[in-house]
Amino acid sequence: MVVKVYGPDYASPKRVLVCLVEKEVEFETVPVNLVTGENRSPEYLKLQPFGSLPVIQDGDYTLFESRAIIRYYAEKYKSQGTDLLGKTIEDQGLVQQWLEVEAHNFHPPLNDLVLHIMFSSVLGFTRDEQVIKESEEKLGKVLDVYEDRLSKSRYLAGDFFSLADLSHLPFTNYLVGPVGKEYMIKERKHVSAWWDDISSRPSWQKVLQLCK
Amino acid sequence: MATPVTVYGPPLSTAVSRVLVCLLEKDVPFQLVPISMAKGEHKKPDYLKIQPFGQVPAFQDDEITLFESRAICRYIADKYPSKGTMGLFGTNPLVKASIDQWLEAESQSFNPPSSILAFQLVFAPRMKLKQDKALIKQNEAKLVKVLDIYENRLGESRYLAGDEFTLADLSHLPNTQYLVEKTNRAELFMSRRNVGRWWDEISSRPSWKKVVEMQNAPSQ
Repeated sequence: MVVKVYGPDYASPKRVLVCLVEKEVEFETVPVNLVTGENRSPEYLKLQPFGSLPVIQDGDYTLFESRAIIRYYAEKYKSQGTDLLGKTIEDQGLVQQWLEVEAHNFHPPLNDLVLHIMFSSVLGFTRDEQVIKESEEKLGKVLDVYEDRLSKSRYLAGDFFSLADLSHLPFTNYLVGPVGKEYMIKERKHVSAWWDDISSRPSWQKVLQLCK
Repeated sequence: MATPVTVYGPPLSTAVSRVLVCLLEKDVPFQLVPISMAKGEHKKPDYLKIQPFGQVPAFQDDEITLFESRAICRYIADKYPSKGTMGLFGTNPLVKASIDQWLEAESQSFNPPSSILAFQLVFAPRMKLKQDKALIKQNEAKLVKVLDIYENRLGESRYLAGDEFTLADLSHLPNTQYLVEKTNRAELFMSRRNVGRWWDEISSRPSWKKVVEMQNAPSQ
């Protein structure tokens, strides 16, 4: 039974896809069209009651929220593929900490940039330059903390690539691409080196190829 | 093993109280080091060494310093699986993932609007800041949509992740406490039959009552 991942064209599902590739777990994808509101159909809402992407189906088991899904597969397949969790409970604590930082500090301002710069006309709301300005400032402050952290540690949770780093791939990809703010990464020496490292992993390259 | 763990931050902080209730549920002894946000102690160099974003809480035990309340809760649950409330984070990976799913839903969908509402309705007046009426209206509308989903879910299941109280329910305690007890918006929760029932159950747990006592204690 192959894992089904819904919504591969969008960023959050790619968090799941890159994790599955790292863990050498087979999957298939099911497209969901946000523009036509497919995520609001009764069938989709039965799987994901918030109407967000992604959701996965693994046989009879359904799971939503990309960070919950990646934690599940990282733990379920701990002994195959890349170890994304860390060896000790303490290492795992640090992975969880930086995954939460991504979710609460990094993601919200970046998500606002993505929504206003990339999706405002498609989703039918007014692009707000004030929101863009404030979001860039907030994200900049977060990246300053990352710069300091990554000057002392090769990856966020320590000397190993983990779920915490992986979780940054899809939306940072937007940031350096269509959002047009690559300088925010490039201007920070250690963040830049870290980004080059994690974004050149074969798993991420594979996901980008798959979803072309 | 008997050395109490340390939590930094004021118990009035929603994120700090999330960690405190988790420690109480797991019977893990702790000491609380108060950090006065009014005096800016969370932005001082000594504190920034343990929490570089200048946020509360931070957590220390013999092995590690950690921040982010939900990461701390997961760590405590993983480190002490057989202490206190054992099913808090599930006893097998499938159950754990279902709990994690609802913990993420709390974090991504419930927390943003409920935090903003709690700040605008409870803390802004205390801090003598002007309330933003548009922001209140916008976030109330968002919260209502989330509570409708919860109403449905809690009609199928006693708690969010299943038949047992878990981290997923626990994580909702801090913000909901403020909205139900300290604002005139309690009816957002209590007018929904299943959500109301769920709130009554989770908020009457001894662990949460103890945290509320800590929040209401004088000398804050």
